[in-house]
Amino acid sequence: MAHILLRHREIPNLNQLNVYKENGGLEAFKNAVTRMKPNEVTDVVKNANLRGRGGAGFPTGMKWSFIDNKNWPHYIVANADESEPGTFKDREIMEGNPFQFLEGLMLASYAVGANASYIYLRGEFWDIGDSLDAQIAELEAEGYLGEKLFGTDYSLRLYTHLGAGAYICGEETALLESLEGKRGQPRNRPPFPPAVGLYGKPTIINNVETFTNVPMILAKGADWYKTMGTADSPGVKIFSLSGRVNKPGNYELPLGTTFRELIYTHGGGVIDDRKVKAIMPAGASSSLIMVDDEKILDTPMDYATVRTLKADLGSASVIIIDETVSLDWLINKTVHFFKHESCGKCTPCREGTYWMSHLTERIHGGHGTKADVDLLLNVAKQIQGKCLCALGEFSTMAVVTSIERSRQDFDRVVQA
Amino acid sequence: MSLANKYPKEVQQILSKYPPEGKRSAVMPLLFLAQREEGYVNKAAMQDIAEILDITETDVASIVGFYTLYHDKKEGKYHLQVCTDLPCALRGAEKFMDDLCGSLGIKVGETTSDGVITLEAVTCLAACDKAPMFQIQGREGLKYHENMTVDKTMELVATLKNAVGESK
Repeated sequence: MAHILLRHREIPNLNQLNVYKENGGLEAFKNAVTRMKPNEVTDVVKNANLRGRGGAGFPTGMKWSFIDNKNWPHYIVANADESEPGTFKDREIMEGNPFQFLEGLMLASYAVGANASYIYLRGEFWDIGDSLDAQIAELEAEGYLGEKLFGTDYSLRLYTHLGAGAYICGEETALLESLEGKRGQPRNRPPFPPAVGLYGKPTIINNVETFTNVPMILAKGADWYKTMGTADSPGVKIFSLSGRVNKPGNYELPLGTTFRELIYTHGGGVIDDRKVKAIMPAGASSSLIMVDDEKILDTPMDYATVRTLKADLGSASVIIIDETVSLDWLINKTVHFFKHESCGKCTPCREGTYWMSHLTERIHGGHGTKADVDLLLNVAKQIQGKCLCALGEFSTMAVVTSIERSRQDFDRVVQA
Repeated sequence: MSLANKYPKEVQQILSKYPPEGKRSAVMPLLFLAQREEGYVNKAAMQDIAEILDITETDVASIVGFYTLYHDKKEGKYHLQVCTDLPCALRGAEKFMDDLCGSLGIKVGETTSDGVITLEAVTCLAACDKAPMFQIQGREGLKYHENMTVDKTMELVATLKNAVGESK
């Protein structure tokens, strides 16, 4: 099947504006601005049941319709902070097919009546920031951005903003704080951003991949989009496959594709033909799916079905763990990540990740006891449900599921 | 010379991206601008930025401290930042880092004696399928280096050291 998001794999030089236009680019935006009402654009996206691709899977059109129309101006912010360990899809989109992402952002801006929209890039995407700036300038020069577009009253400007190395800024309210020039620490909610967002104004925040779906949905219609994927999770998704596979990389597939197809048909199987021990479907934030039974590999990857395995699909950053990996090592890695990235604002996350890191280090170092494993599980469970944002919760997922689902990995390395 | 006098065009261009009520948003791009000179943000630059944005110097310092890509002291001319996070570690990043330490003769967090390279272990850089990998943060920005070996890395280090040597 031809790609819908990673179209640059078939079309060379798609990151050049003339090539993008020759392939139908920007017609959806021009058509929307000159012939459609803003709420009609939202309705098409709503009908397509496009779900947010950043991790939470929230229905995109519904989010747009929550924007407070009594308070102006409105803002749209693209979340290009891609920092979840195991996720590397937004980067490929912005490098290979940047205009489709920008057009999606422009369509969203028109739909909610935003005249200025921001792209928040992680600071490490420095070169992507430079190329997006150049591409935005080209769109301005050709009249797709700027004042009174196509002779209508609608005006739009896009701006890039570089972060500077902080995972927490992928959390939408921390991102807004950071964009406002403050430390990236999450806000209390409610109010939610569609009511009170950037500079206190109504704001919609979506992931890069979510925006990149929008131009094709507008061009070909909601019904076309729903022919792919499942009824609950329509469309295609980019699965970032990493870990112990022969061919790691991004694979754009319909939602509902099985783990087996991703790992064996596309990913070339497991290194040295070893067995899959566990799967983390949503990066370092994942619960571990233990592959005790081969049949688990036949599970379709969509938001609802992955939940039946007591895990989440999240941003579909699928990390493959083989039988040579011991989980005491793995959670020592993930806990240190979250300890480093905890913003320090709320106590359960700040202190909890700190104490968990002491325990995982002791256990992995061979100095732990069975009581330490119980204590670690206890600390992790006390963090759950008490944090200001999802980061604290994420820090516990691999810990709790590893200990509960594969205790033998820990008993093997601790003293009696 | 103050930042505004030295880079008037850049400062104006940065400020123009944000609405007047959101002027403070310019703190992050201004810090990257300030870091261009010496690879770190000195106290005078923090004062300049505070003045431009009508915020306190403490506000500016809190941003420098929070984000990992800002530095507040002189280190190596280049920060060689290896991702050793879970997905990269599953593809050999830890051994790569150990071997690289051996070849450079420094530990993680240290700077080579000629002041060219500071070696750091960092968290995920969104290149998990191309491990071992690292980024090099210099004064003019960041560059990714993917599917690396220690030999290829040492060649790159030699090129950087030569370039620094010639410019002295």
